[in-house]
Amino acid sequence: MIRVDRISKSFGEIRAVRDVSFEARDGRVTGLLGPNGAGKSTTLRILYTVLKPDAGHAYIDGIDVVADSLGARRRIGTLPHGAGLYPLLTARENIAYYARLYGLEGDALEERVDKVIRDLDIADFADRRTKGFSHGQRTKVALARALVHEPQNVILDEPSSGLDVMATRALRDLVRELRQRGKCVLFSSHVMQEVAALCDEIVIIASGQVALHGSVEAIRERTGCDDLEDAFVTAISRVAD
Amino acid sequence: MLRLPGIVFRKEVLDHVRDRRTLMSALLFGPLFGPIIFGLAINLSLKQAISDASEPLELPIVGSERAPELVAYLKSHNIDGARRLATREAALDAVRSGDEDVVLWIPETFGEALADGVPATVEVITDQADRESERKARRARQALDAYSQELATLRLLARGVSPQVLRPLNVDPVDVSTPTGRSALLLGMLSYFFVFALLTGGMNLAIDATAGERERGSLEPLLSLPVTRGTLILGKILAACLFMTASLAICLASFAVTLEFMPLEKLGMTPNFGPGVVAVAFLLMVPFTLLGSSLMTLVASFTKSYKEAQTWLSLLLILPTLPILLVSLLTVRPGTALMLVPALSQHLLLVELIKDEPLNALHVALSVSSTLALGVLLTFACVRLYRREGLLG
Repeated sequence: MIRVDRISKSFGEIRAVRDVSFEARDGRVTGLLGPNGAGKSTTLRILYTVLKPDAGHAYIDGIDVVADSLGARRRIGTLPHGAGLYPLLTARENIAYYARLYGLEGDALEERVDKVIRDLDIADFADRRTKGFSHGQRTKVALARALVHEPQNVILDEPSSGLDVMATRALRDLVRELRQRGKCVLFSSHVMQEVAALCDEIVIIASGQVALHGSVEAIRERTGCDDLEDAFVTAISRVAD
Repeated sequence: MLRLPGIVFRKEVLDHVRDRRTLMSALLFGPLFGPIIFGLAINLSLKQAISDASEPLELPIVGSERAPELVAYLKSHNIDGARRLATREAALDAVRSGDEDVVLWIPETFGEALADGVPATVEVITDQADRESERKARRARQALDAYSQELATLRLLARGVSPQVLRPLNVDPVDVSTPTGRSALLLGMLSYFFVFALLTGGMNLAIDATAGERERGSLEPLLSLPVTRGTLILGKILAACLFMTASLAICLASFAVTLEFMPLEKLGMTPNFGPGVVAVAFLLMVPFTLLGSSLMTLVASFTKSYKEAQTWLSLLLILPTLPILLVSLLTVRPGTALMLVPALSQHLLLVELIKDEPLNALHVALSVSSTLALGVLLTFACVRLYRREGLLG
């Protein structure tokens, strides 16, 4: 469960995030939808604690991300935008490195790494060095790395960007499975169809502010648009005004 | 408490052992650069020094028919006269153009002047701006001086005067330096090569800790792990220390082997660089690794990219040499205060060590502790910098 309570963040003159509040509940998929530069990544970066908010609070399972950032980090798995791997390590070594830093060791470590490799269907190339991996392969390994400690909360920043059809489908299946297991999944995207296809809840964000927040149906109702794309455009233009 | 930095340390080591670029610079280029340059330089100067007296010198002489005795004297001193040039002008041109290194000109009046007992002029035509020319000319002048002395002695004897009157002073230089001490002058240069090798060894790791991770996009996920940034940077700095230590060890060992094969005795030097000295030198230098890796990591963390970091760190390689250079220009003796300056203290101790003089325990303690203290301080600075938000770039 992730709760964001009126966070703001500026970089110099630019107010990247203004008074953003929303909730992402367990067993639900929450989509952070917005055009490029809307403040999605900044919001997520605050949640996985590499940035500190100028104002407001954010909680992971009730843990304040600023006051106890280590505690918060323990309860999340993240796939930052364009997450890089270590090219000279094998996929398995990349995953195991993170698992160790998450505190796993011994047999438990081996088991978890094996399991996540099975789950994400990367066994075929798990023992190859990741140098020269395709974008899809890299994303899968980065996801495995983020999920190896079985976090309750999963934060994905534009996970499907650059993926081909098959890889995107695999990703969607994975997100649905995480939801089924009662996890809280929060991901950002600027692709409407993807969000519509996957999410239970949508947070539309534009110019650093939340334009709309609710279920897909609620958003359709509130904007008076049947088509989600129209609803999106309507919501964004309201912020702009 | 050391488990987490240990995990980072092991991963960094594995990662860089697999990196050909790091291995080449850490274990090959860095450590061997010094011995190779040193070996070449020594060989060159040896060649020049040794060739001086023993090699036959060919000396073109203009007008050799006017001084057959002089020519014979020169020949007995391994200097062969050659009749290639006819006039003084031709000789001047030949030396000026570099066709000849040095030419001896004997004027027409030579025999007459000699017979009259007035100073007989000979000219040694040389190009003093050319080292080779000047070296040969020096030999020619020495031989001519000796000939002149011999003639003077004969003339005095003919007049019944003891040649001793011409030598009111007998200046005899007594050199108390030992062959080992003399070698220290040369081997003192080594400390720079050691520092250079050491820093080169950890350079890629230091860059990788910030600029490299950032460029690869692996920094952000790493920072979202439940591990403090201090832990991460500590593991990385320690991994860089390990590579630096390996570089240093290889460099020391390869120098010991190089010196073994260099004929330094011919320069009147006995290099004191056996296994024992190598081991002590290693122990004196090792504290510098923490300082080196934290300093490099610190500088690299300010840069935007791998390339930029490489540029700055290459410049940084010069920094530790500045105090060494300054001191060798001013010829400072090792004092207690100087032991507080890292790089310099290692250099001074190393020179003492190579001279085979007992090391001052206080100096060693000061050198080690000041170097380590600065290393710890810079490591803390790295931790602070790693905590900045701007780190993500």
